[in-house]
Amino acid sequence: MRSTKLLFSLSKNGFNKEITPALTRLQSTAAQPAAADSKPAGKEKKMNKEVKPSLSFVMNMFRGAAVTDQAIPYPYTLSSEEKETLEMLVDPTEKFFEECNDAMKNDAMEKVDETTMQGLREMGAFGLQVPAELGGVGLNNTQYARLVEVVGMNDLGVGITLGAHQSIGFKGILIAGNPEQKAKYLPKVASGEQMAAFALTEPSSGSDAGSIRSRAVPSADGSHYILNGSKIWISNGGMAEVFTVFAQTPVTDPRTGATKDKVTAFIVERAFGGVSHGAPEKKMGIKASNTAEVYFEDTKIPLENVLGGVGNGFKVAMEILNNGRFGMAAALSGTMRYSIKKALDFATSRTQFGNRIDTYGTIQEKLARMAMLHYVTESMAYMISSNMDAGSKDYHLEAAISKCFASEAAWHVTDEAIQVMGGMGFMKESGLERVMRDLRIFRIFEGTNDILRLFVALTGLQYAGGHLRELQQALKNPAANMGLILGEGTKRARRAIGFTKGGPIEGVHPNLSESAMLLGRGIEAFGYCSEGLLMKHGKNIVHEQFLLNRLANSAIDLYAGLVAVSRASKSLTENLPSCTHEEKIARVWVNEASDRVQLNLTAVKSSVSQSNFKDLASIAKDLCDNGNIVAERPLGI
Amino acid sequence: MSLRVLVGCKRVIDYAVKIRVRPDKLGVVTDGVKHSMNPFDEIAIEEAVRLKEKKIAKEVVAVSCGPTQAQETIRTALAMGADRGIHVEIPAKEMEKLEPLHVSKILAKLAEQEQAELVIVGKQAIDDDSNATAQMTAALLDWPQATFASKLEKTDGELEVTREVDGGLETIKVKLPAVVSSDLRLNEPRYATLPNIMKAKKKKIAKMKPSDLGVNLASHLEVIEVVDPPTREAGIKVEDVDTLVTKLKDSGRI
Repeated sequence: MRSTKLLFSLSKNGFNKEITPALTRLQSTAAQPAAADSKPAGKEKKMNKEVKPSLSFVMNMFRGAAVTDQAIPYPYTLSSEEKETLEMLVDPTEKFFEECNDAMKNDAMEKVDETTMQGLREMGAFGLQVPAELGGVGLNNTQYARLVEVVGMNDLGVGITLGAHQSIGFKGILIAGNPEQKAKYLPKVASGEQMAAFALTEPSSGSDAGSIRSRAVPSADGSHYILNGSKIWISNGGMAEVFTVFAQTPVTDPRTGATKDKVTAFIVERAFGGVSHGAPEKKMGIKASNTAEVYFEDTKIPLENVLGGVGNGFKVAMEILNNGRFGMAAALSGTMRYSIKKALDFATSRTQFGNRIDTYGTIQEKLARMAMLHYVTESMAYMISSNMDAGSKDYHLEAAISKCFASEAAWHVTDEAIQVMGGMGFMKESGLERVMRDLRIFRIFEGTNDILRLFVALTGLQYAGGHLRELQQALKNPAANMGLILGEGTKRARRAIGFTKGGPIEGVHPNLSESAMLLGRGIEAFGYCSEGLLMKHGKNIVHEQFLLNRLANSAIDLYAGLVAVSRASKSLTENLPSCTHEEKIARVWVNEASDRVQLNLTAVKSSVSQSNFKDLASIAKDLCDNGNIVAERPLGI
Repeated sequence: MSLRVLVGCKRVIDYAVKIRVRPDKLGVVTDGVKHSMNPFDEIAIEEAVRLKEKKIAKEVVAVSCGPTQAQETIRTALAMGADRGIHVEIPAKEMEKLEPLHVSKILAKLAEQEQAELVIVGKQAIDDDSNATAQMTAALLDWPQATFASKLEKTDGELEVTREVDGGLETIKVKLPAVVSSDLRLNEPRYATLPNIMKAKKKKIAKMKPSDLGVNLASHLEVIEVVDPPTREAGIKVEDVDTLVTKLKDSGRI
């Protein structure tokens, strides 16, 4: 049996041992753009993870399984009381942003207006998820998402000020802090009396966050840590009083006695001394938010300000970032609503060539595609927030996808809104050029989309690899595991001859049964492709970024299809007024996504694509060697 | 002395909503339309809360008559600082026929029950623009009234109220207990902040029916027809004054 051999060779390659460090580095998706420096592998601790069964849809897709527990039916986790509370909160929040905030003015001043800041403090906007007994509003993730949508619709500069504060700035205290730390810090940051910031990125450490150089060493008497280092591109860095800072600390292994540097998270107050910052950075967008360098010089940190345990800083950082990503999808679905509204207002009133422009197919396609992108983003945001509220821990890949998808969708939607409006869209007064500038950073920060794609692909492959290993174990004792082996065997055989009997996704409304079928087939093909990659490349898959990106794009397309179908099914079942509209959105999305998935998965295998990738790599190499465009101008001068 | 203040707050179609007349021409479309607290009532609540903050009032009670959703309006009042609420339940169907006289009877009865010494309501609701509830409530209670208040100050056992009248401002004194209706410039109502909205959830809202207060909702008015305002005809530009005068004469305006 061919696949058996492949499985054994895979294990010889030590696939999981090799892929894990690479993955760990990838997870180090800092809050800020990547810097060039990268550290050699092997420095990170080896994570001898066993394959824990995951409920994540995306994760399981990598082994060709449609696990839809968290996705179908479309989750709704708000209790009637939580919903009622949320209803009460939305109006005043919208009203505040419409009447008390001026996004254009903030952008022009490159600062959030002080009256807005004060208004936001009074509103309670700085502590939305802090428990009420600690001075916050006590919202769950879904409620938070809905309010953040309002912010995203109105002013992304304010959004970043608020997000850098609570989504990452003090989130660590909220999720990893001990009761004393929470009691000491949360009331002050929740009220907005003190601003918080998240300080991870350094000049030489961007996407590769494990390589930070800031260092905190215990003082001679062991009473505190002394922190030295500098951080760059820190949102709220110029105004924060409380920082979540990541720094290397010497950690001694109790067994071996060897001392190694490990990342530790600290709560650092500006008041500790030795904390200073640079001038506000000049940026392309989100100008109203403050971004600055932050320096720590012999800053004394009390021992009790270690956050989440000595040496656990990396984990703390990842938890904070994973925990906050859905918020971006929520905020950006608000932004998309704003841009789409602008385009619709224009398209339904502008006449050219004797007709309103919304009667032309060109404009119709743009508008419909904008609505589709919005629908998918919004569906992702609330599916993930609901999963999180239901206590799921298996949402990291979905959250990463939602961040990639939302930031690209919002960019495209706003770009097209400008296009629909033509010259008018290009004018500042239309209020879209600011949004366009503000949006650009969302594809870069909190883990660039490029890194997140690799993160999704490699995490999924690692999971699938683990399952392959289990199968391989079973093959060692065939008598006891006959069922498992036969099941896998026939599945493989079927696929090998190109006959997919991949059933439809279950639990989908009958009107969308074709979409469910396409998704089912897509997932099976995806699983097959992932497995093929593992077998062919083994541990070396980590170096195949051309392939990994295509795998990730397919994963994004399939998850997007799933959320759209799930939500539209729910609307159809509940017979919402918009249900047929939603049904069409889901159907078109899945039909088109299915084609793209096929294209991407084929590209992973086809020899033409392989040679294209080789050529692309070598074209890039030529450019880099030359340091400039290689081809001469056709004019020769 | 500190007062108990009773404040009326009505749930109306939000001021920003474009009103549509119902096909049966007997009302406007309310289903699926955003509602909020009548803006003049927001001012009334704000004034009462300020009286409490100045320790002039000891308790602010927000009253709303309406369907279940009227509780949302009361919650807003509670989030702004009212201490408790009273929801007088009136089903949506009957709500259409609710008249200022009915509301006045309810408020008057509640003012007596609650031993309120001050009733503040908005000078009018932006949906039916009746501008009658304050006046009729005062009449039913036989209390003095200070309508269209743009400034309110408490002196010994009296209120000094500045009123916006056609010719300018008029300052009057009324003895307590009294009924006040708030005008636009009385104050700028605060925003209900998120933490206060959360706190308001713990405040009590008493529920009752008009019959519990002995108020009969028999109709005195009948709506014959509701129509959109006539659309304005486009104007024209004239070259000079002479043409203007001629045109006006031709159209019989002068």
